[in-house]
Amino acid sequence: MKKTIRQIFHSPKFVVGFCMFMFILLAVAIYPLFIKDKPLTIISQGTFVPPGIYVNVYDSLNTKPYTLMLDAAAAKRIASKLSADDRIAIKEWLVAVGILENQIDTTDTKSLLELWGNNYDPKKQLPGMTYAKTRYYQRLNAALEGILSTEGVTIAATDTLTGTLQAKATVKQSDYVNINEVPNKRVLLLGTDNFGRDVMTEIITATGVSLLIGIIAGLIATGIGLILGLAAGYIGGVVDDIVMFFTNLFTVIPTIVLLILISFSIGQESRGPVAIAVVIGFTSWVWTTRSVRAQVISLRNRDHVSLSKLSGHPVIRIIFTDILPYIASYVFMALILQISSAILIEASLSILGLGPRTTEVPTLGLMLNWAFIYQAQILGKWWAYLPVIIIIALVSFSLNLMNTGLDQVYNPALRD
Amino acid sequence: MKGYMRYFGKKLIWFIITFIAAFLLNFILPRLMPGDPVAAIVARLAQGQSNASGVQAIYEQYTELFGTNEPMYTQFLLYVKNVFQGDFGFSFSQYPRSVADVLRSSIWWTVILQFPAIIIGWILGNSLGALAAYRKGWYDRLILPVSIFASALPAFGMATILLVIFGVTLKWLPTSGGYDVSMIPKLNWAYIWSVVVHYQLPFWSIVLIAIGGQAIGMRSMSIYELHADYVKYSRFLGVKDNKIVRYVFRNAMLPQITGLALALGTMVGGALIAEIVFSYPGLGTILYNGIMGQDYPLISATTLIITIMVLIATFAIEILYGFIDPRIKAAQSD
Repeated sequence: MKKTIRQIFHSPKFVVGFCMFMFILLAVAIYPLFIKDKPLTIISQGTFVPPGIYVNVYDSLNTKPYTLMLDAAAAKRIASKLSADDRIAIKEWLVAVGILENQIDTTDTKSLLELWGNNYDPKKQLPGMTYAKTRYYQRLNAALEGILSTEGVTIAATDTLTGTLQAKATVKQSDYVNINEVPNKRVLLLGTDNFGRDVMTEIITATGVSLLIGIIAGLIATGIGLILGLAAGYIGGVVDDIVMFFTNLFTVIPTIVLLILISFSIGQESRGPVAIAVVIGFTSWVWTTRSVRAQVISLRNRDHVSLSKLSGHPVIRIIFTDILPYIASYVFMALILQISSAILIEASLSILGLGPRTTEVPTLGLMLNWAFIYQAQILGKWWAYLPVIIIIALVSFSLNLMNTGLDQVYNPALRD
Repeated sequence: MKGYMRYFGKKLIWFIITFIAAFLLNFILPRLMPGDPVAAIVARLAQGQSNASGVQAIYEQYTELFGTNEPMYTQFLLYVKNVFQGDFGFSFSQYPRSVADVLRSSIWWTVILQFPAIIIGWILGNSLGALAAYRKGWYDRLILPVSIFASALPAFGMATILLVIFGVTLKWLPTSGGYDVSMIPKLNWAYIWSVVVHYQLPFWSIVLIAIGGQAIGMRSMSIYELHADYVKYSRFLGVKDNKIVRYVFRNAMLPQITGLALALGTMVGGALIAEIVFSYPGLGTILYNGIMGQDYPLISATTLIITIMVLIATFAIEILYGFIDPRIKAAQSD
C-alpha cells in the first residue's frame, strides 16, 4: 500500500492534477474564513460592475488630502477621458478640414488636442455631415475644454435652512488621498454579476457546491456501478443478462435526455443541489457497471478465487477479500472521472435552465446560466463567465490528469 | 453473406428494442411524478400567460393529448398514435404554432451542424492520438496534456471562448444565429454565405472538443497495439515500419469506432448546449426555449427526436463496423 502511494506520487501527471485540485479545495475552505458575506447578497446597483478596487467618493472628500506634484497627471486625465472612438472622430474632422492624414497621430494626445484646438470651429458646417454628428462634435469640444482647465472643483452642500448651495471645500487637481485612510473601500476582484452580487464570493461558494454535487453524484454512480458490475460479473447467468440489457440500453439512450426529462418532471421547487446530484448519480452508472463487470469476469476464474470457493468461503467474503482489492484502483479511477463528469453535467443542466433552484447557494452551472441569460459574453463582461469556465475546466482537468497519472501507474503499458 | 445478415439482424433487433425503450421512457418519466400532470403543467403555464383563450385551448388540447382520465395503456396508445402521425400537439410558448412546425426546420440545422463536426473531430482526434503514440517524445508530451485539457473543457466552455475571441473581440465571425437576421431564407449566394459564416464558430467548438477526447483514446489504443506480439513478430521478420504502422492503426481504429457509437449520446448532449451559446437555430436552442417557456410538449418532442437521431446514428455506425471488422465475418461464418 505504502509503495503504491509512493509510486502514485512519483507520477508527474498525478502530482500536478492533485496539487491543482488541492489548491481549489483549499481556496474553497479558506476563503469563507475571511469573507463572511452570504454569497448571494446583492451589493451593487446595476449590473456587471467591473473588477477593481472601489473607494468611497464621499469618504475620499472627507479624508485629508495630500498634494503630490506629478507631471503626467494632467496628460493621463485627458487620455482617460478621450476614448478611442473620440480620437478617430477628431481625426475625421481634421482630415475633412484639410489636414494631411499622415500628420495626425491619434495616439499622441497632446499634438492631437493642439491640432483640434487650432482647427475646430463650432460654427463650421462640413458638407455631407448629419446634424447629429455636428452636435456630437460640439459636445466633444465642450467636454475637451472642461478637461483642459487647470482649476480645481468646488464641493458644495445644500444649506438645510435656506436651501442655497454653500461652498464646503475645494479639490485641487493635485490633491491625493491615501487609500489606507479612506474608511470605506471594497475590493471586487471579479466585479459583480448581473444581479449585482460579488462574483468572487459567489464563485468560491459555487465551486464548493459543485464539488459537493460531483462527489455525491460520483459516489452514487460508482456505488450503483460497482454493485451491478459485481453482480453481473460474478454471478453471471440471468443476472448478467438483465444487468447488461439495461446497461446497453442506457448507453445508447443519451443521458442528457433522461436528465432533462427527470429534472423537468421534478419541478422547480424540489430541485435542490442534492436532488440534482442524486438524479445525476442515478443516470450515470452505466460506464462503471460495464468496466467493473469486465474486470470481475477476468478475475472470476483466477486461481486464488477458485481456491477461496473450494475452501467454502461465503460469496460476500470472496467478493471483499479476493475481488474488491484487485479492482479497487480501477474503481477509484472511475470515481474520479464520475466526479468530474457530474460537475460538467450539472453545469450543462443549469445552462439549460434545469439546474438546482436555490436561493441560498449558487453552483458553477447556475452562474453560467445567469451570465448567458444576461448576455455577458456578447456584452464583453468577461468576469461574469470566464472565471466560472476556467474553474470548471481546472477542476475537470485536474481530476482527469490525476486519472491519467493513476492509469499510467497501474497500466505500465501506457508509460512513456 | 449469411454471417453479415445475422449480424445486421441482431443489430436491427437491438435498435428496435432501444427505440421502444426510449419511447417508453419519454412517455413514462413525466407521468411517474405525483399529481395530475396536466394540472401541474397548466398551472405552471398559467403564470405569465395573458392570452386566456390560448390557455383554454392549450388545456383542452392537452387533456385530449394526455388523456389523463383514461387508463395508462389507453394513454400510451393515444401517445403512440399521435407521435406516429407527427402530432406532438401545440407549443405552449409559441402558441398557436404546433410543435411539429417549430421542430421541422431546427432538426436540419442540428443534423448539418453536429454530424459533420463530430465525424471531423473524430478523424482529426484519432490522427493526432495515433501520431502521439507513434512519435512519442515531446510531441506526445505536448499532445496528451492539451488533449486532456480540451476534453476536460465542456463544449459550452469551448463555445464561449471561441465566441468571445473570434466573435466579440476580433469581430471576424458573427456571434449568434444560424444566418443573418435581416435575411429571408432563400437559396441565393448571399444567404448561403451567411449560413457558412455563422456555421464556423459552433462547428469548430464541437470539433475541438471531440478531438481532445478521441486523441486520448486513440493514443492508449495505439500504444497497446504497438506493444502487441504481432508487432514484435513483424519487426523480427523485417516487415517495413510503414506496413506495421498501417496494421497497428487499423487495429487500434476498431475500438475507436465502437467508442464513437457509445460516446455519441454524450457528444450530442454537449453539442446541444454549445448551440445554446450561439443561439444556433437547432434543437439545442429549441430545447432551451422550451425549458425557459415551461413548454412541456416541445421539450418532450425534442428529447424524443434527439434520442431517435442518436439511435439511428449509433445503428449506422454499428452497420459500418460490421463491414470494416473482419472478425465479425469470421465469427459469424462459423
